[in-house]
Amino acid sequence: MWQAFVRWFHKWSSPKWFYTMSQPWSFWLGWAATLIIAVALIWGLMFAPVERLQGNSYRIIFLHVPSAFLSQAIYAAIAVLGLVGLVWKMKLAFFVAKQCIPVGASMALLALITGAIWGKPTWGTWWEWDARLTSMLVLLLLYLGLWALHNAMERPESGDRASAILALVGVVNLPIIKFSVEWWNTLHQPATLKFTEAPPMHVSMLIPFLMAIVGFYLASMAWVLMRTRLEILQRERKSRWVEEELNRFAEGQ
Amino acid sequence: MGAFDSFAAFLAMGDHGVYVWSSYAVGAGVIAFNMISPRLHRHRLISDHKRRMRREQR
Repeated sequence: MWQAFVRWFHKWSSPKWFYTMSQPWSFWLGWAATLIIAVALIWGLMFAPVERLQGNSYRIIFLHVPSAFLSQAIYAAIAVLGLVGLVWKMKLAFFVAKQCIPVGASMALLALITGAIWGKPTWGTWWEWDARLTSMLVLLLLYLGLWALHNAMERPESGDRASAILALVGVVNLPIIKFSVEWWNTLHQPATLKFTEAPPMHVSMLIPFLMAIVGFYLASMAWVLMRTRLEILQRERKSRWVEEELNRFAEGQ
Repeated sequence: MGAFDSFAAFLAMGDHGVYVWSSYAVGAGVIAFNMISPRLHRHRLISDHKRRMRREQR
């Protein structure tokens, strides 16, 4: 049993194996995500009813909450992958962790911008230095720091390790984001409370909302996968099979 | 038109059109970034590879 697990682990930690096996995944994940997000957003924009208290501005929720979820889930994934990379010296874990960074950063940025835009009609302000908003800004800055560390190092392996350590230290920010609305008196909370005081989200809002979350998860996985496959080609370019793959690309172009 | 009386009402979004549509524009931008940047990376990898090949042939 244990030996079977170790064999499985070793197979999946081989960049070449991963590259070969993941090709159909990025295709199907990408198409599933496109379909689900398209349905969710068209439904959310056109067919979901108007919210009683916030009017139509609530339709921002179909972008704001999925991107906020993903920005935190991807950060958690980076920390776990960094730990796996550091403990088991697994190259592939570092590759995936690195390529999670731009996707996670773009999600944090989207959550912050849509939040600011939504804040204007709802709270009367774009930005307030309160706990939830500030901790989300810290998350974005952490992403930028992780990426900067990769680019600052002469050897990519040093970048992998430095970035993993920062990711692990920064994990402390995740519970701060989650509980910020309970620990501190923030702007974010009254709005959320107002939302839950109204009758629970109607099915016609809930379905596109849940679909948007699922769609964003699938899309992020597809993007990370596409990026990781390229990272593998770049980092393993001296090996024979990558050279052959790149020759094939060059001919096809 | 779904929850709206007319296409004009859909665009106006009550009086929240500017907030809703600017949010969705930023969303579209983020999705476009995530779709395009791997393609640019792939393009760069291939042209780097070609350059390396040419240098080795010389």
